[in-house]
Amino acid sequence: MADVNQGNRPLSPHLQAYRLPLNAKLSILHRITGVAMGFSGVLIVWYFLALATGPEYFETASAVLTSWFGDIVFFLSICALWLHFANGVRHLIWDTGSHFGQKTVNRSALIGIGFAVVMVIVTIIVG
Amino acid sequence: MVEFALPKNSRIRTGKTWPKPEGAKNVRKFLIYRWTPDDGQNPRVDTYFVDMDTCGPMVLDALIKIKNEIDPTLTFRRSCREGICGSCAMNIDGGNHLACIYGLDEIKGDVKIYPLPHMDVVRDLVPDLTHFYAQHASIMPWLETKTNAPAKEWRQSIEDRKKLDGLYECVMCASCSASCPSYWWNSERYLGPAALLHAYRWIIDSRDEATGERLDDLEDPFKLYRCHTIMNCAQTCPKGLNPAKAIAEIKKKMVQRTI
Repeated sequence: MADVNQGNRPLSPHLQAYRLPLNAKLSILHRITGVAMGFSGVLIVWYFLALATGPEYFETASAVLTSWFGDIVFFLSICALWLHFANGVRHLIWDTGSHFGQKTVNRSALIGIGFAVVMVIVTIIVG
Repeated sequence: MVEFALPKNSRIRTGKTWPKPEGAKNVRKFLIYRWTPDDGQNPRVDTYFVDMDTCGPMVLDALIKIKNEIDPTLTFRRSCREGICGSCAMNIDGGNHLACIYGLDEIKGDVKIYPLPHMDVVRDLVPDLTHFYAQHASIMPWLETKTNAPAKEWRQSIEDRKKLDGLYECVMCASCSASCPSYWWNSERYLGPAALLHAYRWIIDSRDEATGERLDDLEDPFKLYRCHTIMNCAQTCPKGLNPAKAIAEIKKKMVQRTI
């Protein structure tokens, strides 16, 4: 086969050609929300640090975090938290080796999303 | 390594549009990935028009019709035409399927056909599966025994035999592995759903006596644990098998033997 012209073999399209199913989208969202919450966690730590530093610095931090920018960040963080939580529970269940059927997976995905939406609304009302 | 964009030599350009069949009333559009090593050019997507009134019901029927009547250079693997050889696995309408048992009526709109995703392309719809087969060989896909061979055959109870259902049916078409983003980014080190399903098939075989060695071999951050239960494998398997569950069972076995 040494004389066969293999050419410069291309890589076949992957993300460009594959239509990701719902569960795959949730899987990548799980990772994105996990990383994003790491950043909003830092913001909360900064808030407490400011509180410990003194009243003037706390004023500044508080102004940033209660501004429209802070509102957006925390709203997204609440969404991320509940989605990540719901998905995390699904992962725990899968680790026991159950709920793997295709229909079950799609149903638990929808239940997870529904749960997250409800909990975001509850959190906003209570908070 | 995660790379979202295709390498420079793999970017797809617009290809040729082949003439419509004359006098045909019920014509369907096919967009098919083409690449040949002979012209030094990038891959392209060609457009074909197939007369559906004289075409069989499956995607493979249309591909064979195109090869016979429109463009004899179109290259793809096929053999049994009944979903048992696993040769004609390809990316059809955004999912991996066996062209021979995937109905054209299951697809809405134009039919888009690409080779199995994230594989080196040999030509057109033919991917290079060398590495995929090597990974399968690495899990020792055969019965390993230590005791002396019995006078007749290795016996197995009906219950133990039942544990192999949903595993032995795999035809190694590579649809699942080529659907798995983890396998896309880490195929050098992650074994992928197909090889792991086969690994599990031998791990739970009551006659096999190398379960410990098999688990030792898989106890690796990449070989087994790059599975993140994305579950594209189970969604796409043309035989309706569930590699994701098999992988979860292997992970469970890993825990069970240490506690």
